[in-house]
Amino acid sequence: MKDAQMRTPMRRVRGMGAAHTGTKDFWHQRVTSVAGIPLTIALIVIAIALLGRSHAAAVQILGSPIVAIIMLLFIVNIVYHMWIGMQEIIVDYVHEDKLKLAALMGNTFFCFGIAFASAFAILKLSFGV
Amino acid sequence: MAELEAGATKGPQRPRPLSPHLQIYKMSLTFVMSGFHRVTGFVLYFGILLLAWWLIAAASGPNAYANFEWFMGSLIGRLMLLGYTWGLIHHSLGGIRHLIWDTSRGLEHAERELLALATIVGSISLTLVVWVIGYLAMGGPR
Repeated sequence: MKDAQMRTPMRRVRGMGAAHTGTKDFWHQRVTSVAGIPLTIALIVIAIALLGRSHAAAVQILGSPIVAIIMLLFIVNIVYHMWIGMQEIIVDYVHEDKLKLAALMGNTFFCFGIAFASAFAILKLSFGV
Repeated sequence: MAELEAGATKGPQRPRPLSPHLQIYKMSLTFVMSGFHRVTGFVLYFGILLLAWWLIAAASGPNAYANFEWFMGSLIGRLMLLGYTWGLIHHSLGGIRHLIWDTSRGLEHAERELLALATIVGSISLTLVVWVIGYLAMGGPR
């Protein structure tokens, strides 16, 4: 008798789940949420510091190493958090296969687009090209 | 026993039980705050376009930055930024609530209610504090 026939659905599903990646997304969502707390506070402080300033002053502040590093960390961390979160919303509400795959793909495109565009802008401000 | 017997009868005419959905539950603060957490997360997802626009405008030059500042200074822009501020703070506080729950603390009835209340009261208060500091930093409302 084959081993597969002896396994119950529960046994197959246990540990890895329907996406075959187990609790990876759950855990990464926690990691990015913990990292998001200090980074969000830092973002609010930076945003307030830049209110009403001229373009030259904004470029100088956003391009300074410490601010640029915090902004890069914020963007990368939050985009990953967004990616997992939107995926969770999509699989909760979109049940039609093609639509679901299109939405999951769109989620990935949006997140990579935001991350790379924002990171490029921060690096350009820092290196002043 | 009557239900058991009825359940055993087969036939397409018998309505199957449906899983309960939103409208069947009594509204409660914890229920609404759970919804707010997902909704704020969903809206913040698109709200990050404002942050990306800000950075790209700064990197593009004075004209692009002036356009961004003009939009954010308009009534629509200010309302969007106010909503983004509240959403960001509310989702952060809601997230902290979830992290507390992940340690299996704060799950008793009274604790749940207190955490739900703290999330909404805290997010509104902190948003006001941030905006007052913001206007003070700019030297008063413009």
